[in-house]
Amino acid sequence: MSNPWALPAIVLVTLVTLVIGVYGLRFARTTSDFLVASRSVSPTWNAAAIGGEYLSAASFLGVAGLVLSYGLDVLWYPIGFAAGYLALLLFVAGPLRRSGAFTLPDFCELRLGSRRLRRLVTAFVVFIGWLYLLPQLQGAGLTLRTVTGAPYWVGVLLVSAVVTGGVALGGMRSITFVQAFQYWLKLTALALPVAFLLLHWRADGAPALVEPKSPVGADWLLPGGGDHSGQGLFGTYSLLIATFLGTMGLPHVLVRFYTNPDGRAARRTTLGVLALVGVFYLFPTIYGLLGRIYTPGLAKPDSVVLVLPGAVVGNSGLGQFLGALVAAGAFAAFLSTSSGLLTSVAGVLSTDVLGRGSVRDFRLSALVGGLIPCGLALAVADLDVSRVVGLAFAVAAATFCPLLLLGIWWRGLTDIGAAAGMLSGGGAAAGAVILTVLGYAGHGWWAVLITQPAAWTVPLAFFVMITVSLATRRRIPTTVGRTLLRLHAPDALRL
Amino acid sequence: MMTPAKGRRTRIVLGEVARARRVNRTRRELAEQTEIGDALIKGLVRAQLALALRLALLVGLGLGTLPLLFTVAPALGGVKVVGVSLPWVLLGVLPYPFLVAVGWIYVRMSERNEREFTDLVEK
Repeated sequence: MSNPWALPAIVLVTLVTLVIGVYGLRFARTTSDFLVASRSVSPTWNAAAIGGEYLSAASFLGVAGLVLSYGLDVLWYPIGFAAGYLALLLFVAGPLRRSGAFTLPDFCELRLGSRRLRRLVTAFVVFIGWLYLLPQLQGAGLTLRTVTGAPYWVGVLLVSAVVTGGVALGGMRSITFVQAFQYWLKLTALALPVAFLLLHWRADGAPALVEPKSPVGADWLLPGGGDHSGQGLFGTYSLLIATFLGTMGLPHVLVRFYTNPDGRAARRTTLGVLALVGVFYLFPTIYGLLGRIYTPGLAKPDSVVLVLPGAVVGNSGLGQFLGALVAAGAFAAFLSTSSGLLTSVAGVLSTDVLGRGSVRDFRLSALVGGLIPCGLALAVADLDVSRVVGLAFAVAAATFCPLLLLGIWWRGLTDIGAAAGMLSGGGAAAGAVILTVLGYAGHGWWAVLITQPAAWTVPLAFFVMITVSLATRRRIPTTVGRTLLRLHAPDALRL
Repeated sequence: MMTPAKGRRTRIVLGEVARARRVNRTRRELAEQTEIGDALIKGLVRAQLALALRLALLVGLGLGTLPLLFTVAPALGGVKVVGVSLPWVLLGVLPYPFLVAVGWIYVRMSERNEREFTDLVEK
């Protein structure tokens, strides 16, 4: 089922992205150039840029695939992905922007003044970044195989090479315009075909959602998939906690907040992101539902978005055009999210692990940071894209969420408390993730606790962080009052 | 002849200087972490945190109780709203405008908190 338009569309998106990135670089040579340019960016543009970076393969392909496979219950994934921005808005956006920190390790050192804690934070940033990159690369392999028939590894290597090369050359760095363009491209690529799909669905006499031959049956449409045991409920709540609290800890999300001029603009930007992301998430559900009617027995559910236009509209000119459009949108998703993630990972690697932050160190770090997830993606091909992303959220929720919330709102946090909380909660979550990815999750309640760990690892991290901080009260930094004043004093006062 | 005019002008300038000094005093209380400044900023932090927690609770109740509701009352799965089953509307469409509305309320109210604080300091 190869589509002659798909490959040119993918190549075009890749080239346009690289060209805008490299062209933009000519304007902004130094860090201060980036900042000056950033300060003139309005919340609307900034919100589109953050949305463009955030909507990844998991959102573009994964959610529809999950809906196709598992039905109603997985709608909690997109709800959580969007609600995470509300948590970010309520507790983090304004103060974090005012702190002036560019990355999480920066924030940590600024607030708690400990170099060793900074290194621990760096390790978790890299772990979460790689875990999040893995499904992006898998999605790329899957997409290229679906639309052109190329083997899985071709797409993985292609996107890895383009993203690593782009980030290493610096062409994709902080160019707001590229990311904003990607958001609108992704929304169009998903929304336009939906209109045609729905028209065809009506023309077909609006066939009912549940086909008699569907393997799961009518329960697919019901909450809990007809399973009302406590396990499903626990899994749902755990997922909600992970996504609601994990978004604020994603490395590539926080970096972009620095491009806001002040705390007030940071809040308005976050509200804009929430709205843009919310609009986007209305569409994957429709793909999943229509996929249930037209392509029920799909071997790779994650590819439903890609094959549906051809299956519904037909493999004629229009069907092929729409197919090429969604393929281009999917590639925009891989490129933007992967570039953002790799930039964050390479940034912390080059300043804290592999060197002292020179351009050379950054390029070396980008290479190392890109190779490892590429190898992982080649080794494990059979995971649901959205599930792996859910696991990355779980680790972020058990490490950086307590660190940020307590660091911003509680004077009593100490460096030892923060380290203990992140090691216990984050260590447990990371262990659970590794077991899940390697396929040793087990059965029954044990499997639920391992595959959806947030409901117990997040409270554990908070509990340990608070109790150890209380026990080491003498280590509260003397600068805490000044730091909190800087985080919370209104921008208008210019203190 | 120039001296009285200068004198009048000086009086007005003195008044402005006095007000400016008062502004500076409150700002300095904040910047230098005196007890008053500390209490002021603690009040602002508490107000912002209370606002955020209240809205988070609202979201927790609004969305968080849905899985429980579906488990306790599975019959809801059969209810249809304009031809679409109710759980799909409740999970597929409504959460997004709800989240944006809560976010909008937060932005408005947190900005009001900050404006009140700024007025307090600059008065």
